Amino acid sequence: MSWDDKRIETWVGVMLRTGVLIAAAVVLTGGVLYLAQNRGPRPDYTYFHGEPARLLSLSGIGHGVMMLDARSIIMLGLLLLIATPVARVGMCIVGFLFERDRMYVAVSSVVLVILMYSLFFHR
Amino acid sequence: MNELWFALILFFSSLLAGMLGALSGLGGGVVIVPLLTIAFHVDIHYAIGASLVSVIATSSGAAAAYVREGFSNIRVGMFLEIATTAGALVGAWLTTKLPTQTIGVVFGLVLLYSAYASLKKHHEGMTEKPDPLAMRLKLKGDLPTDDGVHTYVAQRVPLGFGLMGLAGALSGLLGIGSGAVKVIAMDQAMRLPFKVSTTTSNFMIGVTAAASAGLYWRSGYMAPSLVMPVMLGVLAGSLIGSKLLVKAQVRTLKVVFSIVIVAMGLEMIVNSVTGK
Repeated sequence: MSWDDKRIETWVGVMLRTGVLIAAAVVLTGGVLYLAQNRGPRPDYTYFHGEPARLLSLSGIGHGVMMLDARSIIMLGLLLLIATPVARVGMCIVGFLFERDRMYVAVSSVVLVILMYSLFFHR
Repeated sequence: MNELWFALILFFSSLLAGMLGALSGLGGGVVIVPLLTIAFHVDIHYAIGASLVSVIATSSGAAAAYVREGFSNIRVGMFLEIATTAGALVGAWLTTKLPTQTIGVVFGLVLLYSAYASLKKHHEGMTEKPDPLAMRLKLKGDLPTDDGVHTYVAQRVPLGFGLMGLAGALSGLLGIGSGAVKVIAMDQAMRLPFKVSTTTSNFMIGVTAAASAGLYWRSGYMAPSLVMPVMLGVLAGSLIGSKLLVKAQVRTLKVVFSIVIVAMGLEMIVNSVTGK
């Protein structure tokens, strides 16, 4: 079995689509739950007031999902969606490793580090 | 308006935006922010958060189809993603600092430019000498065409890289895919074949958007109840749009969509300047 760019890309394409469909299913589940629980007037988004702190961390969202909190489930789906391109870069690193292309293992790793920084360290 | 109606109207508006975006090749993200701010009076920060997520959904959702065509160049994409993701971080940081009016004006100008760029004839053919830097970075590839396989090599790599940094910053600042600027960087600056530029750009859009999405999430710009119908609508719309693409009149659609975008761009600039 030989590794080439075409093969990496096919693999990545299938993974991306699967990830998106899973994320959309989670968001939809949370959305249906949310609409079943909230019958009031539409929320006001005219002025920015930020989201509650429990929705801004992985542990907060995880805890909310356990309690079947609708907004936390939607957020989980959104994070899964954000994770799909991150996973894509990760898979490219593996692919380039198989191809023994050291320069592009390094290039992909730089991109992955920037993504990780944005998701978990930047504030 | 109650929650259910609000969600349904948002869903169907986003579905239409996603469909038009896929059919015209401009992407759904570019109209989501004007739609939310102008029609639904949503604060631009929330609108950008919702748009960014939709951009990721569209890009990742369309990836499988683009791969099948076999035009995208994984090395060119990955190398340029260093510039776009770094730019996206700067752009997303700027969003937290700049006043709403400034973001509105920049957004309007980018909309006007995207409309212009989508109608402009693109460049084709490569006559110049390849950039030695491109050879060292393996920024080359083969393009299957009707009369055999053509080999191409990137040119003017530093210019392309710089433009990609700008594309990333705009993406992070405005929550759009900035596919128009990405295609210009590859097609005009680096002289890559047009099909390679557009398909590679689609691949890069998701990664670029993910770089600023993290920052938006942690800054509280992602309102789950607002993002939910928008993301699902744009995703469904873009999937329907790409299925319809085969039989659609692309040229007419592009013109119609460009007129819509110009109108939205002008409205955003006017609203921002008059402080509405």
